[in-house]
Amino acid sequence: MAIAKRGAADLAKQTFEYAPAPESIDHVKIEPRYGLFIGGKMVAAHSKKRFPTINPATEQKLSEVVEADEVDVDRAVRAADKAFDSWSAMAPSRRARYIFRISRILQERARELAVVETMDGGKPIKESRDVDIPLAAAHFFYYAGWADKLEWAFPNRKPRPLGVAGQVIPWNFPLLMLAWKIAPALAAGNTVVLKPAETTPLSALLFADICMQAELPPGVVNIVTGGGKTGSLVVTHPAVKKVAFTGSTEVGKLIQRALAGTGKRLTLELGGKAANIVFDDAPLDAAVEGIVNGIYFNQGHVCCAGSRLLVQESIAEPLLEKLKLRLGTLRLGDPLDKNTDIGAINSKAQLEKIEELVESGIEEGAEIFQPECKLPERGYWFPPTLFTNVSQSYRIAREEIFGPVLSVLTFRTPAEAVEKANNTPYGLSAGVWTDKGSRILWMAERMRAGVVWANTFNRFDPTSPFGGYKESGFGREGGRHGLLPYLELV
Amino acid sequence: MPAKSGANGRVDVRKTYKLFIGGEFVRSESGRAYRFDGNVNVPRGSRKDLRDAVRGARGAVAGWAARTAMNRGQILYRAAEMLDGRRAQFIQLLGSGRGALKEVDDAVEALVWYAGWTDKLAQVIGGTNPVSGPYFNFTIPEPTGVVGVVAPEEPALVGLVRRVAPALCGGNTLVVLAPEVNPLPALTLAEVLATSDLPAGVVNVISGFRKELLPWLASHMDVNAIDVAGCTEDEVTEIEKAAADNVKRVVKLAPGEMSPYLITAFMEMKTVWHPVGV
Repeated sequence: MAIAKRGAADLAKQTFEYAPAPESIDHVKIEPRYGLFIGGKMVAAHSKKRFPTINPATEQKLSEVVEADEVDVDRAVRAADKAFDSWSAMAPSRRARYIFRISRILQERARELAVVETMDGGKPIKESRDVDIPLAAAHFFYYAGWADKLEWAFPNRKPRPLGVAGQVIPWNFPLLMLAWKIAPALAAGNTVVLKPAETTPLSALLFADICMQAELPPGVVNIVTGGGKTGSLVVTHPAVKKVAFTGSTEVGKLIQRALAGTGKRLTLELGGKAANIVFDDAPLDAAVEGIVNGIYFNQGHVCCAGSRLLVQESIAEPLLEKLKLRLGTLRLGDPLDKNTDIGAINSKAQLEKIEELVESGIEEGAEIFQPECKLPERGYWFPPTLFTNVSQSYRIAREEIFGPVLSVLTFRTPAEAVEKANNTPYGLSAGVWTDKGSRILWMAERMRAGVVWANTFNRFDPTSPFGGYKESGFGREGGRHGLLPYLELV
Repeated sequence: MPAKSGANGRVDVRKTYKLFIGGEFVRSESGRAYRFDGNVNVPRGSRKDLRDAVRGARGAVAGWAARTAMNRGQILYRAAEMLDGRRAQFIQLLGSGRGALKEVDDAVEALVWYAGWTDKLAQVIGGTNPVSGPYFNFTIPEPTGVVGVVAPEEPALVGLVRRVAPALCGGNTLVVLAPEVNPLPALTLAEVLATSDLPAGVVNVISGFRKELLPWLASHMDVNAIDVAGCTEDEVTEIEKAAADNVKRVVKLAPGEMSPYLITAFMEMKTVWHPVGV
């Protein structure tokens, strides 16, 4: 009995090494070069400029894509404009069926999409497999069902599509952001020109193939690759009637200014600096998991990441102790490995931005903690990091880092927590952890953010509207509210 | 329209028109006035007056937004009562014809209509979302904060009331620019609102030169949204450029519009998640 007990105790102390469990990539075919998806097929570009897209975990080139120029963008917009007449006039139930088809094909080709997403963007395969791809498919499925029910969505109004939607998306959730943009646009009867992010074009190009497989009418979806310049051509094209952008607040403001006086409809989903607030009565272990999910999910490349931890002073010590222990168990490395928690930083430029901000945190006087963590030799990596002794004025407490870096601040009263949480020009999301129901609702009422997660964090669903207050943008994506930006209510 | 000395020899007690800032009737800090009709002195508000008004509005946001929907409805209804009680004065201000009579009726009606929306909006516009997972998830509309209102010059009263009422209905606080060429209805409406139990600072009214005020309203970093129903196309372009400084919402719905969609144009949708479990 005593021996068995001691054996169990020893066993409990033993740490296990994880054997590598890489997802195979042999069923994925990435072309050495891609053209543009215009008018229902892949076409050669007018632009002769190409750029490589690399795997940020290995720095190996995966493929080469076009930097679409003015002629290319114009062709894409004209294809979309031409397709708009028949697509918007099509019986809505038929339109729905194409969107349902896309959703089904996304599910059927889930593995391929997940692997490509992870290779091109560096995110852990368990995230692309369990979050990005299923949510993207669900998003198309949800909005497909709206296509023939639009007149039920907005009482007393007749909804009408707007025309060509120009959409520019970021690199943190490439296919999911594509779904958030394209699904409601098509359901509402618009056609689309979408530009994926410069560093993650591949899943969008794979999506082009899915459109063809679904026999989506030519021109309804067009995809042009490129960088910021191509994006600016898309949003400013005169025939584009609606612009949707997800990305940094800095670029969002440029777009808002550029569209002044054009009459184009605009929605922006921009940056964030969310507070994740933990009260002294919160279940600590659950809160630790929520904090980790809030900031280390997708390497912190999440606009709604819980990048400011506000913890009630009385529990700061035990909470931080648990949190630091937990950070030590996060596995950083090969994104294709099914056990990996923290993948590669998306690009060299992003890595440099994170390093610069972390440096500023140290210089300004915050105390840094990083678990012991071996970084792979090639690729772009940054260990999970947390800062304590952070003042609200520090750059790491004010600026969006978009990396696995958490700033910890403390508070004493609920009112102080609210004050600190709202002390930012951003207002995308917020988190609150407490066992007390009335306090959850009290806090939820007062936090100036579009999404409030109570005793959870970073949850997404096609039925759930998402979007920001203040400088985090305007308009909502998801749910019935997500249709509105793509409709005129007559 | 100041009345001339009456035939019976009475010397009228003329009214000094004032700005309405933070719940108080004040002259422009600049000490300036202008005569839009060559006769009546009206304050020529300055950039500083505008900033004071925004500060008053910002200070009033939390309290006004925290009022219950029913209470906001009662206060809007009270404003309708006060306006109705001053029918004669407004009819005279608006030129005394049948048009003026109808305009005052329409303005009263707009206040009554929006008073009834305060406690129904969340039911019509918000809702619960059936997410795939063990979570309770709901979406509610919340005020966006401080709203700048540039009301149309004509119709001066009902045009303004139809912009002010929906923004108030949603719980925002307002900085209103009175039309430069016809400021009296807006300045007099402030007197109605001041006696309607609206907390101080919830509505602020500034008269003056559009050119001196509009750019600062549009670029003010503490204004969350701006209603441009009374602006020219060129003005809208400039406002939209300046609005980008703090991602201001620029609301461009038709001037005569009366709908809950105009209320939500000044609102943000908030979505709250909570796990379901034992």
